[in-house]
Amino acid sequence: MTVIGRRRLLAAGGGIALAGALTACGSNTGRGGSGSGPALAQWYHQYGEPGTQQAVKRYAAAYKKAHVTVQWRPGDYDRQTAAALLTDSGPDVFEVNGPLLDQIQSGQVADLTDLVAPVKDDFNQAVLAPKIWQDKIWGIPQAVDTQLLYYRKSLLKDAGVQPPQSVDALVDAAKKLTTGKVKGLFLGNDGGVGVLGGTPLFAAGLSLITEDGKAGFDDPAAARVLAKIRQLYVDKSLLLGAPTDWSDPAAFVQGLTAMQWSGLWALPQIAKALGDDFGVLPFPKDGAGGKPTVPVGAYASAVSGRSKQTAAAKEFAKWLWIDRTDFQQDFALSYGFHIPARISLAKKAERLQQGPAADAVRFATEHGYAEPLLWTSADRNAYQDALSRIIKDGANPETELRAVLRKVDAELQRVKKK
Amino acid sequence: MSARTARLLGPHRRNLWFWVFVGPFAVGLGLFTYVPLLWSVYLSFFNAHNTVNPTEFVGLGNYTAMLGDDAFLGSLGTFLLFTAFIVPATFALSLSLALMVNRLRFAQAFFRSVFFLPTACSYVVASLIWKLSLFNGVRFGLANTVLGWFGTDQTAWLSTTSPPWYWLVIVTVRLWLQAGFYMILFLAGLQRISPQLYEAAAMDGARPGWQVFRHITFPQLRATSVAVLLLLVINAFQAFDEFYNLLSDARGYPPYARPPLVYLYYTALGRDQNLGLGSAGAVILALIIAVATVVQARWFGLGRKED
Repeated sequence: MTVIGRRRLLAAGGGIALAGALTACGSNTGRGGSGSGPALAQWYHQYGEPGTQQAVKRYAAAYKKAHVTVQWRPGDYDRQTAAALLTDSGPDVFEVNGPLLDQIQSGQVADLTDLVAPVKDDFNQAVLAPKIWQDKIWGIPQAVDTQLLYYRKSLLKDAGVQPPQSVDALVDAAKKLTTGKVKGLFLGNDGGVGVLGGTPLFAAGLSLITEDGKAGFDDPAAARVLAKIRQLYVDKSLLLGAPTDWSDPAAFVQGLTAMQWSGLWALPQIAKALGDDFGVLPFPKDGAGGKPTVPVGAYASAVSGRSKQTAAAKEFAKWLWIDRTDFQQDFALSYGFHIPARISLAKKAERLQQGPAADAVRFATEHGYAEPLLWTSADRNAYQDALSRIIKDGANPETELRAVLRKVDAELQRVKKK
Repeated sequence: MSARTARLLGPHRRNLWFWVFVGPFAVGLGLFTYVPLLWSVYLSFFNAHNTVNPTEFVGLGNYTAMLGDDAFLGSLGTFLLFTAFIVPATFALSLSLALMVNRLRFAQAFFRSVFFLPTACSYVVASLIWKLSLFNGVRFGLANTVLGWFGTDQTAWLSTTSPPWYWLVIVTVRLWLQAGFYMILFLAGLQRISPQLYEAAAMDGARPGWQVFRHITFPQLRATSVAVLLLLVINAFQAFDEFYNLLSDARGYPPYARPPLVYLYYTALGRDQNLGLGSAGAVILALIIAVATVVQARWFGLGRKED
């Protein structure tokens, strides 16, 4: 019986085999269809940091009430899950960069309100907010990611530039820091279109979607701040066409740029390469109503609405992402560099208590904004297209934004109809 | 065996063997090509967000949305521009390569292989080489290094929209990849032209060079040229790999140089899973391709008996 069970599991793929073999050695030996607990499939996207895969398998193996097999899925994870959720053979528990409003509305994810409710206040509220729709919680935030402006202290000092505290200062600083060999600022190879998203709007005191569900950037300040990003491009202060993109610190570490917008995950690598010669900043404020800002987001653990064992899947999700705080801590900080989604854990983490890391945690707590749930992919596409035309082609920001506003209104109408 | 079974099986059981050999293929074709195709047409009439079993019928709503979408129309424009350039350019380049290689008296096989080799390279690999080493935007990219010798500033080839340098990158990668293949087709065509024709032309006083090419070589290559043109246009319709690999990043795709397939992949079939809208776009695209192919085939007289 056990032998057949193992073989079948081995045939089903390496990842499953490992978890299968591990549990087969434990107390649950009756595998192969008639096991004591239900079989659950859990999906993760591929984390770049070594050790994460082994860790999530270890967590799954430690769960005794069900037989959890972890699938580690490289490639375009969002599309893979989107396709798998259309069928019955998808995951039971999965992490998701969302869940998206359309996924919630079409019943692809289960309601997790009762699991999260007891500890709701302990979560970083900015990242929890987009997981809530009509007062129900649809995903448990796993770990918080954020983005920061890294700057090279020595280069700024040589150029006589202060760390920029406003968008105007950022434009000036980038221009002064640009020499023949080094560019002032790296916002990604597309000139910031992809990574900035709504960040400049929040820095100008606006938002993408307001709390009462309207477009949040119908304001002259929006066009004003985006025109300043265009200025960076016109000044040729932006690094473009680097071999690696904004998410990788290589361009900053190799000295191709004096400042770079990148993720918190890049901090250990930068610290290793540059020692103390760098600092971090939030995206600076713009205008009188502005405030410094950093985007925050979290992959959430969700339960498939089509799972055949919803109850067991929910129980497992609660066990791992609510109860086992030791695993949550390990997941956020032992491999990559993320902020635990639970405030109580983030406060305890030693790695986050000094230097730039402590600054980053403070920015994420004080200035963090997350893309709202009502900001759909169609909105994002329209906005990014407009941003690209504003930054690169010098299109009029006001006309471009008006077209985006029309799209956003139409999308809001669509999703509210349901 | 009854007479009826015998009739069904046909002489020498040919019918049976016909289905044994053709059956699996026909089933595969039906299951993996025609069913999805018809399903896609079906989906295009529904509001199908995140589902392949939609219930909300919207009639032609998806079609009007798609045809009223500036980005989709823009992508068709991008595609036309790309085709208008890449088809003649590849045609001319591969024909001239073929003419040159054909005239070689020694090392012909060597040059034939050299020019053909890029065909064996994948679009993805070639795009990455173009993007990361030849045309990257920093000072140590090959193109920027060469320009640097003449004191020119570094150019961000794929991020600059005025002038649209990204076209240079997109077009050269495809030229490099496919010119060799069409050169081989042209070479085969050239070698089929009877030497007597050239002798007769020489007797009649045709000057070697342009006159012979214009009146003998090119007309004799008609069948090959038509085939090459058709293949080139179809290939251009399918353009996706190099665009996607050169210009996309984790956060999406820029609004320029975005052919229809890339647009549909991102905007309609992306995270949104707006399968209805995406299917409508795909059907529109399929209709355009069908019409273009029929018109082209008529125009060139494809399938007509050669004179």
